[in-house]
Amino acid sequence: MKTEELKSLNLQDTPGVPLLEIKNLRAIYKTDLETVEAVNGISLQINKGKTFGLVGETGAGKTTTALSILRLLPSTTGRILEGEILFNGTNLLELDEGVMRAVRGGLISMVFQDPMSALNPVYTVDEQIGEAIRLHNPDYTKEQVEDRVDEMLQLVGILPSRKHDYPHQFSGGMKQRVVIAMALCCEPHLLIADEPTTALDVTIQAQVLAMIRELRDRLGTAMLMITHDLGIVAQTCDDVGVMYAGEIVEAGTAEDIFLGKEHHPYTVGLFDSIPNLTSRATRLKPIPGLMPDPTNLPKGCVFAERCSHCMEICKTEHPKIYVNGTHKLCCHLFDDKLKQN
Amino acid sequence: MDNNIVRTPLLETVDLQKYFKIGKNSYLHAVDGINLKLHAGETIGVVGESGCGKSTLGRTILKLIEPTGGKILYDGQDITKYKNSQMHPLRKEMQIIFQDPYSSIDPRKSVIEVIAEYMLIHKVYKTRAEAFNRAVQLMDMVGLARRYTNSYPHELDGGRRQRIGVARALSLNPRFIVCDEPVSALDVSIQAQILNLLMDLQEQLDLAYMFVTHDLSVVKHISDNIMVMYLGRCVELAPSDELFANPQHPYTKALLAAIPEPDLIRSRTKKLEVIRGEVTSPIDPKPGCRFAARCEHCDKCGGRCTESNPEFVEVSPGHFVSCFLVNDK
Repeated sequence: MKTEELKSLNLQDTPGVPLLEIKNLRAIYKTDLETVEAVNGISLQINKGKTFGLVGETGAGKTTTALSILRLLPSTTGRILEGEILFNGTNLLELDEGVMRAVRGGLISMVFQDPMSALNPVYTVDEQIGEAIRLHNPDYTKEQVEDRVDEMLQLVGILPSRKHDYPHQFSGGMKQRVVIAMALCCEPHLLIADEPTTALDVTIQAQVLAMIRELRDRLGTAMLMITHDLGIVAQTCDDVGVMYAGEIVEAGTAEDIFLGKEHHPYTVGLFDSIPNLTSRATRLKPIPGLMPDPTNLPKGCVFAERCSHCMEICKTEHPKIYVNGTHKLCCHLFDDKLKQN
Repeated sequence: MDNNIVRTPLLETVDLQKYFKIGKNSYLHAVDGINLKLHAGETIGVVGESGCGKSTLGRTILKLIEPTGGKILYDGQDITKYKNSQMHPLRKEMQIIFQDPYSSIDPRKSVIEVIAEYMLIHKVYKTRAEAFNRAVQLMDMVGLARRYTNSYPHELDGGRRQRIGVARALSLNPRFIVCDEPVSALDVSIQAQILNLLMDLQEQLDLAYMFVTHDLSVVKHISDNIMVMYLGRCVELAPSDELFANPQHPYTKALLAAIPEPDLIRSRTKKLEVIRGEVTSPIDPKPGCRFAARCEHCDKCGGRCTESNPEFVEVSPGHFVSCFLVNDK
């Protein structure tokens, strides 16, 4: 592992530069038969110590974005066509694969959705956490690695006495804690959490989310939180991007998304479809129809087909981004305001 | 609504039990003494975490699994001891919609064949053509476009597949449907479509649903009554609005508090109460309240909850709770 080379690169904190900046990223999956346009020109910024929530439905391109950051797209099909992923100003897409290996886990790490398949069933958990520590700190002695494993397990609320257990001896919530311990063991600057609680029960989800928030505050790690649950976004995120068919259709601070007056029709639909605990209404207001086929995206606005405000221009022309302070909206409804600016 | 009182419930279970034998002398208590009543046209929501026995309850009621003890009364008749041949005619009236629309549909049958299959098995129509005609009508009813008639399940997305599951369950004109997490595999915008569809069909056809889910916010919209299960036992049963407005059992309160609300102000001001620990083992559980190990009030009832099981007491009309703390009041 090229840890030395990593240190020589300017990947450490630079004041005034966002921790992670994605510029116009486009990623596809190409097979002999078809091309899936998974991510189509998204841009986002994550500042140091902040949590960015990426919300959207299955197939919106959230996970592809995360995998692109770590350059983990399946090598046979996945391609990043254009764009830049700047980590402290350095473009990760141009790094040497050896350096990238040091970045993964060292500076940026990821928590996957399903803890059952993220852990290796034939190694004990201390071996798995220890592996990450050893690889990134080759000069550590055996004892130092072991101490660090104990420390990490304690951090996520697992008794170090259970470190010699195998993953199947833990419950789902505990396994996810182990995965989080693995992700945090090298003190990454950015943690990508890809639906970290989707496979868990609500009460365990609450425990894991509370722990993630506490660790984030204590360690100052920035986070990219990928989720489909707006409730989790409200609880954990500072900034939010709403993704639909490979595009960020609305972005802003959590206040902009939850309390702002102007919204993309998809965001409105997303909020209306959630069964609300406080409302008395019995019928839900779903968004009619389905997400467009990513192998054959519409020419105009990607949401046009399902949108109740759809105009003629929406079908032919891709909307421009309307910026209002921190709030960005990609919809023709705001064209008038765009002209005024 | 006076006739409601004299009406026999469509479905009733009395102290229903299902234990799975897992060792020489040890049993997994999946369903342990469940009493419920369900009238035609009503929905009962069964909520709980994974492993609490809610799916087993649904399957036991349909006799897809043989109960260990207790009684199941369907339309007044005791079906607990019915053999398969006796159940056969009743299967037309009692149907199930499964959780996973990907694994519950035969991948080698086209959409129309899947929907018509039950009608052919039960010989509802004399010819295949008639059954297929009816299947097309059902597709219209659940909002599946006719162009999918000859498609195979893998060509459809989750929401459409779940519509096949719904159409198939409706094909025999059932009166009672167990919906076993029918929307948990679907995205929110599609989830809302299916929930609305189920509610519309209930109105049109006077169906009774038993709606099994882990998601309290889903069940709120669709249920008349909600039963909260914990490790095979029912801890609280109440009309839907009452349960949300006035939850009594510590577990129900914890469940409600654990749901992340899509509301920025509430979620930033709400003190996050995290329930400690995890679900204990359902294998040969100790006597007493099953929730005791995780309950923050456990010390307040003087250790009784670790010795005996609290009774199921009606605290207000239709609202039953099983907790010493509440029962004492």
